[in-house]
Amino acid sequence: MQKGVPVVEVRGLENRFGEQVVHENLDLSVRSGEILGVVGGSGTGKSVLMRSIIGLKVPQAGEVTVFGESMVDRDEEEAKHVRRRWGVLFQGGALFSTLTVAENVQVPIKEFYPGIDQELLDEIAAYKIAMSGLARDAGAKFPAELSGGMRKRAGIARALSLDPELLFLDEPTAGLDPIGAAAFDQLILELRDALGLTVFLITHDLDTLYAICDRVAVIADRKVVAVGTIPELLALDHEWIQDYFNGPRGRAAAQIDETEGAGA
Amino acid sequence: MNEIGGLSHNVEDGRCVLRISGNLTILRVRKLSGQLDEIEAEKLVVDLSGVERMDTVGAWLVHKLERDRGAELVGMTEDQKLLIDHVARADQPMKVRREPETLLYQFVGRVGVATQTALSTLVGLLGFFGAMMMSIWNLFRHPRRFRYNAVVTRFEVVGVHSLGIIGVMSLLVGIVIAQQGAVQLRQFGAEVFTVNLIGRSALKELGVLMTAIMVAGRSGSAFAAQLGSMKLNEEIDAMRTIGVSPMEALVLPRVLATVLMMPLLGFYSAIIAIVGGGFFCWFSLDIPPITFVQRIREVVPMTDLYQTLIKAPVFGMIIAMAGCYQGLQVEGNAEEVGLRTTAAVVQGIFLVIVLDAFFAVFFTEIGWL
Repeated sequence: MQKGVPVVEVRGLENRFGEQVVHENLDLSVRSGEILGVVGGSGTGKSVLMRSIIGLKVPQAGEVTVFGESMVDRDEEEAKHVRRRWGVLFQGGALFSTLTVAENVQVPIKEFYPGIDQELLDEIAAYKIAMSGLARDAGAKFPAELSGGMRKRAGIARALSLDPELLFLDEPTAGLDPIGAAAFDQLILELRDALGLTVFLITHDLDTLYAICDRVAVIADRKVVAVGTIPELLALDHEWIQDYFNGPRGRAAAQIDETEGAGA
Repeated sequence: MNEIGGLSHNVEDGRCVLRISGNLTILRVRKLSGQLDEIEAEKLVVDLSGVERMDTVGAWLVHKLERDRGAELVGMTEDQKLLIDHVARADQPMKVRREPETLLYQFVGRVGVATQTALSTLVGLLGFFGAMMMSIWNLFRHPRRFRYNAVVTRFEVVGVHSLGIIGVMSLLVGIVIAQQGAVQLRQFGAEVFTVNLIGRSALKELGVLMTAIMVAGRSGSAFAAQLGSMKLNEEIDAMRTIGVSPMEALVLPRVLATVLMMPLLGFYSAIIAIVGGGFFCWFSLDIPPITFVQRIREVVPMTDLYQTLIKAPVFGMIIAMAGCYQGLQVEGNAEEVGLRTTAAVVQGIFLVIVLDAFFAVFFTEIGWL
């Protein structure tokens, strides 16, 4: 797909849980080939936005298109063709607990391309697992035997199993130690470059934002208040954005980014 | 030169040139990997200039040609080269399967694990009982720490909420016993003894046993699931850190409520079963209710009621203890909560039935026939 073309388009999205309005008139587009970071305070509906895009939550109003096809009120069979083209990493990894990591990776392949022989399936699982940076004995393990960080990597391996064009990541670095988080950032960058991925990334991690995101979308007041590169956002006069990027943590992350940039 | 579906190979200057065209993706690998195996040639050159789309699976196949057969790759774009390099870097020895164990080893292992689990559960339950007794002793010394509210809440959940289901179940069991008994006794012309059958079996055994099974299914499982998810959520650890004993706050109210509710529920169940049997006798055997009640009073000794009232609290204690014990054993993941809940119900019911057998022998020995 051509670079820069919108892959995901959200128009006028409205999500409500009972009386509580989460999104109102929310617009967002994710361009092909970019890593879009989505930030916002706790409870602003970042995960709900992701669930609306991937069709797990039916919005009250609004239009969501992925790869140019509407995702609202989709027939489950038709939606399969779109589902095949994306991968999702949930917050906890969401691995199937009764299957080993390798079997987890093979589930989507078996579902969409039945009839591939087991030997090749094992090879595919092996290189996907290696690609996501797991140790060599991880493939035969069950999710319960893995640490939180390893589970996320295994989740990435499964999300990548069909070579998706679009990757959804829900707080991939939350709960990882700084070294693990940095390695994860690097992994996502590498995968984007090698596989030409478009990445929709929900995060609280300022370091991740500075390190890998091409653009950042800020959710506040029930909609996306701003989208742009970090310098563009910093130029805006919005209270939450200023607090977020100019708070003590925001400044620290910016400094690290600068020194790294100067070193490189 | 021969060509099948976007794959062609011919010999040029003593080298076999393999041209792949079209999409080199997972959609094609099923056929392609077989076709590639069929080509037996030394000095392979793979020409990828005709490839439009390539995914990692395609890159993997190409990489395998390079790795296993020393193929030379030509004609790929910069992006494709990046992809193949990326896949090649991920080609590391990787274990994807567990080594299977021999059948004998598996069998012995399973027997061993099962035996160990059974023994350690028994010891664990005993230890749990001891810990509970100690915390009861502590409560006697500090009665102000007793949690009345928690106990009363459990009364409602364990007792009041199960009245409906136990009532319906007991009514039906009473009717079935009467009906089946009448059919058999009719053969001897002894239909009138149906009343004895209903009265004695319901009050002595069925009422309390059916209630125990229902309470194990309703409350024992709930205890295990509640405490299990609290354990997972680190709530139990938080309690300990704050200085609240989980035994006092969670286990004792549940056990106490079940111990006190079981006799009431068991008696209630027995009475409803007798009422159900009475209805059957009235409608099918033409025994009027007045006669039925009189007969019941004549044939059911008071000791039958004592048996129920003695057994019920013991059963309640076992069910509640099994539930709480299994709940507190949860570790690791949510799957464990399910397994432990099942274990709580199975162990509860099993122990109740085993003890019921002991009780039966015991009561016979002391002359409560």
